[in-house]
Amino acid sequence: MGIKVITEKCTGCELCIKSCPYGAIEVVEKIAVIGDNCNLCGACVEACPKGAILITREKSQRKIPEGYSGVWVFAEQWDGEVAPVVYELLGEGKKLADKLGAELSAVLLGETIEQSAHELISHGADTVYLVEGPALKDFNDDPYTQVLAELILEYKPEIVLCGATSVGRSFMPKVATRLKTGLTADCTGLEIEEKRKLLLQTRPAFGGNIMATIICPENRPQMATVRHKVMAQAKRDETHRGKIIRKNFDGKLTSRTKILKEVQEREETANLAEADIIVSGGRGLGEAKKFGLIREFARELGAAVGASRATVDAGWIPYSHQVGQTGKTVKPKIYIACGISGAIQHLIGMQSSDIIVAINKDPDAPIFKVATYGIVGDLFEVIPEFISRIQKGHL
Amino acid sequence: MNIIVCIKQVPETAEIRIDEKTNTLVREGVPAIINPFDTYALEEGIRIREKCGGGVTVLTMGPPQAEQALREAIAMGVDSGVLLSDKAFAGSDTLATSYALSRAIRQMGRFDLVICGKQAIDGDTAQVGPGIAEMLGIPFIAYVRKIEEIREGYIRAERLMETGYQIIEMSLPSLITVVKEINEPRLPSLRGMLKAKKTNISVWDVEKLGGDTGRFGLDGSPTQVIRIFTPEPRKGGEILQGAVEEQVAALIERLKETKLV
Repeated sequence: MGIKVITEKCTGCELCIKSCPYGAIEVVEKIAVIGDNCNLCGACVEACPKGAILITREKSQRKIPEGYSGVWVFAEQWDGEVAPVVYELLGEGKKLADKLGAELSAVLLGETIEQSAHELISHGADTVYLVEGPALKDFNDDPYTQVLAELILEYKPEIVLCGATSVGRSFMPKVATRLKTGLTADCTGLEIEEKRKLLLQTRPAFGGNIMATIICPENRPQMATVRHKVMAQAKRDETHRGKIIRKNFDGKLTSRTKILKEVQEREETANLAEADIIVSGGRGLGEAKKFGLIREFARELGAAVGASRATVDAGWIPYSHQVGQTGKTVKPKIYIACGISGAIQHLIGMQSSDIIVAINKDPDAPIFKVATYGIVGDLFEVIPEFISRIQKGHL
Repeated sequence: MNIIVCIKQVPETAEIRIDEKTNTLVREGVPAIINPFDTYALEEGIRIREKCGGGVTVLTMGPPQAEQALREAIAMGVDSGVLLSDKAFAGSDTLATSYALSRAIRQMGRFDLVICGKQAIDGDTAQVGPGIAEMLGIPFIAYVRKIEEIREGYIRAERLMETGYQIIEMSLPSLITVVKEINEPRLPSLRGMLKAKKTNISVWDVEKLGGDTGRFGLDGSPTQVIRIFTPEPRKGGEILQGAVEEQVAALIERLKETKLV
């Protein structure tokens, strides 16, 4: 196991140095030398034009576990309502299942939620595994982990997908760890490889500066959490038929964590991860109360409210609105940055939005480098003008 | 209270630039820092010790130079540091990393709370914290934005969710991952920096951790990276010209054309 440079092939061209995200390569006397902080990520293998870098693994003794088939989608629900990302996963899951010639199933946990199971079937699920009980009403790590892990062991799906939501990213790692299998976080692309029928999982890393494609060749199931708003939602088809398999976990569920209270802090606006449009405010607002203008603008557009780190740190708006490296990564259809200069930490969190609109006084602000449409101007003039045109029915 | 804080040394992602000609990462001169989310974990660990007494140990896995990150943590006020460093750990995915860190925590004896940052800014997976909790068989709360109460055998905390928060309680020993909102990390003090220079950092190899050697590093990692590529860089678009009315009218036209609104 390890990485090696085939010295006869290496020309000392240094392309590997440029490709290494860890800065682990040097060229000494025209030969690449790989240092201790190499993480075996393989970027240099890809970059080397001579094929001079090899990563070798010990010949695996493991066999691919047998009997695993089908694609599963974890159907996250809140107050009995299925999260929108689930319909995106059913749309994508159907494509994967068709390529594998396999079934698409959903797993639904909650208190009394049979109605939602039919909704999942109308969106393409051939089977819904339904587990109801008071312990499953709201998300709680322990019972959710226990139920999903046991269902997977019993029914052996080949692929398990879940939204990269707070819920998915909290308990899926526990499920994967319990099953000793791989989990790829926050995927933006899924495909089936032709030859071995493996799931190709593509995701951003290093703040979106690089993309990595990841496989889980020898362990089952292959598990991934998937980012919102990337995959197309499954179309609703009431004629689609599927079956519901009820499982009973009464008396078997335990939890070491107890949820004492749930507090909704949702403003009148939608949540950032699910929003089609986000209006974000930055330092250019000048003071806390000016966020009222951003809120009004968002309301008119039916948008969610985002914020730059500077405004959150200044206490103008709660942290849950922060977009960027230490806040949230978002990918709305339209992102409108108002008075945000566009520090790289902010861009990391929003640069994969479909359309970016920037409104800023400074024509040299870095935000204009990524903006689809830019307006160099005073946001206190531009936004009211925009709002008045919406109110007049221009949009 | 015995607290263990797990941290990761990461490249300062924000400093990474793309070479526009070759569309590759320019990694030269990018500093290595403590993962920003982990600084909140360190601060929280130190605050709990200041309130409840006990000690804070910082733990990381990485190449020998990751020792620097541990010294920075000690300069902030942490008591001691352990570095897991061995070529056998290279290529660890989140499962193998969780395994190594959980083995190390077991070796440390009695502990009350393990604190991790929500995620690291290089991998962004957020999987190692819950992975460690699962391997240690202890309860876990993700995305903690506030500890409401902590005492012998008990913690109550607020977990940040997409549309609000939950108040959750559990017994100790347990593990939490923390978000930025939880505190404001302190800067290293002069005394801390002097202490950091003198403190002996324990370096543990794969043998010290024991366990199943097949579960470390590349061989213990079910996932494999098969391709790394740079996405097409985003290009700047159109700057809308004219007076405010004209700019806004033009923007509205453009947005209408997209049929997204």
